[in-house]
Amino acid sequence: MNGLKPTRNLLGAAMGLAFAIAVSALAFAQDAPDVGPHPPQPVKPMESHIGKLTGHSGAAKMNFRRYCAGCHGELGDGNGENAPWLDPKPRDFTIATFKCRSTPTGTLPTDEDLFKSIGRGFTNSNMPIWNTLAAQERADLVAFIKTFSERWEKEKAGDPIQVPAEPPVTIESIAHGKLLFTKLECWKCHGPQGKGDGPSAATLTDSKDQPIRPYNFAAGGDDSRFKCGSTNQDIYKIFMTGVDGTPMPSFNDVIKPNDAWDLVHFLRTLQVHRHSAENEVLQAAHGVIPPYTEPVAPTPASTDNKSPSGGGN
Amino acid sequence: MLRKRIVIALVALIVCPTLMFAAGTVSGKVTFTGTPVKPKPIDMSKEPSCAKEHATPVTTETVVTGPNNALENVVVYISAGANDEGQVPPQAVTFEQKGCQYLPHVLVMHTNQELKVVNDDQTSHNIHPLAKVNREWNKSQPPGTPPISEKYEKAEFISVKCNVHPWMHGWFAVLNTSHYDVSKGDGGFKLPNLPPGKYTITAWHEDYGTQTADVTITGNETKDVDFTFKAKAY
Repeated sequence: MNGLKPTRNLLGAAMGLAFAIAVSALAFAQDAPDVGPHPPQPVKPMESHIGKLTGHSGAAKMNFRRYCAGCHGELGDGNGENAPWLDPKPRDFTIATFKCRSTPTGTLPTDEDLFKSIGRGFTNSNMPIWNTLAAQERADLVAFIKTFSERWEKEKAGDPIQVPAEPPVTIESIAHGKLLFTKLECWKCHGPQGKGDGPSAATLTDSKDQPIRPYNFAAGGDDSRFKCGSTNQDIYKIFMTGVDGTPMPSFNDVIKPNDAWDLVHFLRTLQVHRHSAENEVLQAAHGVIPPYTEPVAPTPASTDNKSPSGGGN
Repeated sequence: MLRKRIVIALVALIVCPTLMFAAGTVSGKVTFTGTPVKPKPIDMSKEPSCAKEHATPVTTETVVTGPNNALENVVVYISAGANDEGQVPPQAVTFEQKGCQYLPHVLVMHTNQELKVVNDDQTSHNIHPLAKVNREWNKSQPPGTPPISEKYEKAEFISVKCNVHPWMHGWFAVLNTSHYDVSKGDGGFKLPNLPPGKYTITAWHEDYGTQTADVTITGNETKDVDFTFKAKAY
């Protein structure tokens, strides 16, 4: 009928216009300006191997977005939306430099190193303890982390350092550790009592030029944990591999393994509020660390007049 | 006809070896325009063992200038046309920590060439090259310990620091070529032993940036190439 026709035409025209707008809006959306999160470029799938577990990067995509991207960013570069509020900053996975390793400075960590770091979290930082995630999920996330840098394709992980068996905790061991702490000049950053107040402490910056503080051994009550763990073996590895990306260097080339254990024992006594075998030994010695004397090697019964070589420094 | 050919052959025999062993040189000066920031004196009082090594305080080395607007510590090298990427020199280059300073301030080396780091001071240093393309490592080097031996696989300009002594700052220039020089004193540089060919010369300064120039060597000539950098106000 004549009355309806113009209405229908108008309706048709309106719908056509709406459709045109919708289509062009869609087309425009695909040409969106270069802002906002970009989904990561397709990357080579990676695997991780931790004991009997095999992790697959493809299985971790949703977990990463849910649990990790908020701080570490969609691109894994440490620039997540939470990053401006955080100190220390979230790890930048794209440069593949990691703090807590069993491998020498400058080398990639093992899959197990990353697995432990995720599960343990990082004390004194915003990195949570992710032991709440199933082991398989954490293994998948390790594989996912490896997709952010092509170094994982081109380089092998470093060879883990050997950590020898821990010798007994004695006051002599602690005394030797104290001597090493002085000779190796740890106090320049950590301070004479390990309170993080050494002469160089105030000017320290990490490898991204952000101010960073040296570890304060005296703080933390009975549960003083380190960035990279809580056991004596963990402390050993910290200064024998260095904390890459930070001012803390590796002392692997300048300390012998037994001497390193002496240093570990001394460092435990700097954690003054923590119950430990080392603090017990120190208390038994009335809280006084005696000066350390080098043990003199027994002179062999021979005509050799050379002086005995004492223990190495 | 045959005699002509013999003559041509003889001439070629004489000329060709001369061409084969022809080697030109690129030399010139690096200067600056404008007013550079004055070097600041470095306060080494927190490290008395180093402070006493210097009768007058040393100054910052970010911009080091010489007479007639000469600009020092500019790495001038062949960035294209050198074709000696695979020829790694067998000898090591040495980076010295002395008086809580790095000597030289800019150390140039070929990729995969051995680098030796030496501590001549009575204090510990940590040697921390902040590599971004190569691997970043950080090692403690107490006094009296042996030199640290390392090498870098990829070309990169690497900033080097000591965390214990925050004023210490130096550079590793890891290049794909051995045709390089560092401007000193009067800002002069010299790149000899260049076979005939087309070359790109790059000049790098740690603060004033990078410049390039193209040059062609045909025989034994010396080509003059100068670089002028614009000083920064801060």
